[in-house]
Amino acid sequence: MSIISKSATQQREMLRTGELTSVELTTAYLEQIKSRESAVKAFVHLDEQQALDAAQQIDTRRAAGEPLGDLAGIPVAVKDNLCSEGVPTTCASKILSGFIPPYDATVVAKLKTADAILIGRTNMDEFAMGSSTENSSIQVTSNPWNLQCIPGGSSGGSAACIAAGFAPLALGSDTGGSIRQPAALCGIVGLKPSYGRVSRYGLVAFASSLDQIGPMTGNVEDAALLLQVLAGHDSHDSTSADVTVDGYVENVTQPLSGLTLGVVDEHYGDGLEAEIKSSVEEAIRVYESLGATIKHIEMPHASYGIATYYIIAPCEASSNLARFDGAHYGHRADPSTSDQTSTSEDALTRMYRSSRAAGFGDEVKRRIMLGTYALSEGYYDAFYLKALKVRRLIRQDYDNAFKDVDLLIGPVTACSAFKQGEKTADPMAMYMEDLFTVTANLAGVAGISIPCGLTDAGLPIGVQLQSAPFQEDKLLRAAYMFQHATDWHQRRPEF
Amino acid sequence: MSSPETQPMGGTPYAVVVGLEVHVQLKTNTKLFCRCPTTFGQPPNTQTCPVCLGLPGSLPVMNRHAFELSMKTALALNCTIPYFTKWDRKNYFYPDLPKGYQTSQFDLPMSEHGHLNIFSENDEFADKQIRILRAHLEEDAGKSMHDEAAGVADSRIDLNRTGTPLLEIVSEPDMRSAAEAKAYLQELRLILLYLGVSDCNMQEGSLRCDANVNLHIDTPAGTIATPIVEIKNMNSFRAVQRGIEFEVGRQYTLWQKDKQVLGDMPKQTRGWDEGAQVTRAQREKEESSDYRYFPCPDLVPVVVTDEEIQAMQQQIGTLPASLRKQLLDDHQLTAHTSAVIVNQGLGFADYFLALATAIDDSRLAGNWMQGEVLRILNEQEQTIQQFKLSAAELGELLKFIQSGDLDNSKAKDVFAVMIESGQSAADVMAELGIEKVDSSQLEELCQRLVDNNPKIVADVQSGNPKAVGALIGQARKENSNVDPGQVRQICLALIEKL
Repeated sequence: MSIISKSATQQREMLRTGELTSVELTTAYLEQIKSRESAVKAFVHLDEQQALDAAQQIDTRRAAGEPLGDLAGIPVAVKDNLCSEGVPTTCASKILSGFIPPYDATVVAKLKTADAILIGRTNMDEFAMGSSTENSSIQVTSNPWNLQCIPGGSSGGSAACIAAGFAPLALGSDTGGSIRQPAALCGIVGLKPSYGRVSRYGLVAFASSLDQIGPMTGNVEDAALLLQVLAGHDSHDSTSADVTVDGYVENVTQPLSGLTLGVVDEHYGDGLEAEIKSSVEEAIRVYESLGATIKHIEMPHASYGIATYYIIAPCEASSNLARFDGAHYGHRADPSTSDQTSTSEDALTRMYRSSRAAGFGDEVKRRIMLGTYALSEGYYDAFYLKALKVRRLIRQDYDNAFKDVDLLIGPVTACSAFKQGEKTADPMAMYMEDLFTVTANLAGVAGISIPCGLTDAGLPIGVQLQSAPFQEDKLLRAAYMFQHATDWHQRRPEF
Repeated sequence: MSSPETQPMGGTPYAVVVGLEVHVQLKTNTKLFCRCPTTFGQPPNTQTCPVCLGLPGSLPVMNRHAFELSMKTALALNCTIPYFTKWDRKNYFYPDLPKGYQTSQFDLPMSEHGHLNIFSENDEFADKQIRILRAHLEEDAGKSMHDEAAGVADSRIDLNRTGTPLLEIVSEPDMRSAAEAKAYLQELRLILLYLGVSDCNMQEGSLRCDANVNLHIDTPAGTIATPIVEIKNMNSFRAVQRGIEFEVGRQYTLWQKDKQVLGDMPKQTRGWDEGAQVTRAQREKEESSDYRYFPCPDLVPVVVTDEEIQAMQQQIGTLPASLRKQLLDDHQLTAHTSAVIVNQGLGFADYFLALATAIDDSRLAGNWMQGEVLRILNEQEQTIQQFKLSAAELGELLKFIQSGDLDNSKAKDVFAVMIESGQSAADVMAELGIEKVDSSQLEELCQRLVDNNPKIVADVQSGNPKAVGALIGQARKENSNVDPGQVRQICLALIEKL
């Protein structure tokens, strides 16, 4: 059995005992990347030499008996929207071409403190806007389970990276489902923490009130291991919560007794693929067999989730992306070649317009326009303010639900991985990919996607658990219970 | 709106209506949302970090000290402080605004509904209260420097200033003349200086003032309002007054021609051209004024408690208005002297109070502060904190005047040496050989002078009392310590007795 098929938790133990060196481990992943990356295209930037150098250093320090961090010597892939000092950070957008951050995102700094090996930067939908990673301006990433299919998005690069065995751990970000949906489609574990659980400092913002960074891993223990490093209050992010971080690693294998799971009937309406429906129902039966009680609950406002999300997220995005104007960094259009047909605009406006026109892709432009419109005078109350009100109602639905149940259980996506190009011409179909995931972001609750089956076509299916804010400990333990009773997490694509 | 007072000019009566928006840079060590220093005049782009540069991924964290200074100011301006306030983004594109939005406060400002009282030293207008609509906290933008010489558009951006805390204080349109507006701004500046919350340097831009001006004109068909114009770029009190005065004249002349009234056109922004002493229409920043305000999702709302408000109230200390009253009522100073002292700032006023207490004579203390002390400070370009003599040391000197050991003119000589050498009054007097001449000695000297100068005596007797000056001169030559006033008095008395 190859070393890369082991969990990071196991590798960590082998590194600790000296059974394995970080150079060996890192080399094994780099070799897998070398042989398979051309088919998958998960990375937009690979730090091969730096990774090996760092691994060598860890081995030397370990040999010298120095104290090492919690992820010492283990490769981690990082989504390309997390700033890393001195490393290009593009958000898969042309507008950030050439941008090299002079600082580390808090999570990147934490990985460094934990002595993790930063192996490379993963592909994504431009500015995390999308559900297929097809909105990347750099490349299209394939799903390792079927190279004709998309890996999901926006953290599709990180999901494919884990599924393909390019790294044991990866970071993703989730604004409306961008960790959980690709995790489901690639048959891996993806955890979106509660809003405020992980610092957003250094995460290039898409929608600030919804964005969260989280672990994408091959199994639940590894998600606990990575979240343990990431979680906690950060003085650089005033929206990060000063709430105690539980001992995820220590607790994850402890089963929960008297677990009550809530099933939202609204989730089983039209559009849910039959195979997914039956896999999720089977997962619920597994929990029942483990002693869990199932309760049917109502989320009366959940059906407004997509509409609410597609007001709030674009509004925030339209403002967050204003800074990409060509004036300070990134892509600036050459004024001599840019369109000068408009005579009324001055040189500055022309520079802004042509830089943004060339730098942003269609989906990003679509959302900037949506948000700009919804925030405009005369529309603000009808759209943005109304959306905020619905958001509060959705949060209330969750608060009420968690009075009766410990966790919610349901599908992650309505369908499995689709073919590249299948939904690119239909933005609304693409938006519906977030149907079961957006409400967790709107309410700020935590959610995890874990593998629970394969379709007849051999594509992975995920089941989603959601917990009240800051109950990641409970979420991970419940997820582990399922994993322990099944072997879906051990399935890996052959490609 | 209050009924317009009329003010005839050019045959048609109209009232001037002015409201001021004042931006104050708060004196914090670090910026509003990051920990970069706020020091003025550093090399461009050296006081920046990922946050104030607006780099992707950076996040703001509020500087609590800036909020406290804002609260202190708002309370001193009699504003109410809501328990809940939040941050909003004001979205617009400009190169000196690296995030593409300014973090400000829109519908829930940190303070509102205050007032301050203005008065005129030379009775240009009656004492009145100017209402303050609101004061809110926001971040400053950077600076753009444009060099469009020779057709080569070359713009440079300095982001050192970006993120400096600004308190925007918005008055109601309660001022009815340029003089009132100037008085409001001066009183506001004085309050800010007394609070120690800002340097209030208009040249350096730590105090900036925009004026909204229009006219209410009486016509046979009733009172009409002219379109409101916002005047910017006024970098001195004088500029504020001149700018408004110019704008009043311009608007009236224009109205006579075009009869445009409020609502006929959007609010116009005009810049004050100091060289030409005129306002000029400014190129509009982004054609629309739709800033698409919305709550900043990166910052948590600020919650304020009664305890915090009370604690801040305790820190306000002396304000100009109460000090003025104290100087007039308790110290019996003239309006002019008290104004001079108060306008010099809290340190100067404190010095005066210490001096007046030390010598138990407010009038003498006030005259010296207003005269000699202020003269030296101006000459040496010093603040009272840098002044060489303590109130106690200066008090020693003034006590010699009170005791008659020194006349005012000699005291000034001693004062000059004290400033120069740092010696005590007594030491300087000893060094200069100044000592009190006893009265019998003085009497004897005067008698001798009268006896020895019959010609001068005759001159005085023939109706020219000024001739006695020659005797004073001789007396001072014999003994430099004599008090010329006393010599004059004694000699005239002796001559009269002849």
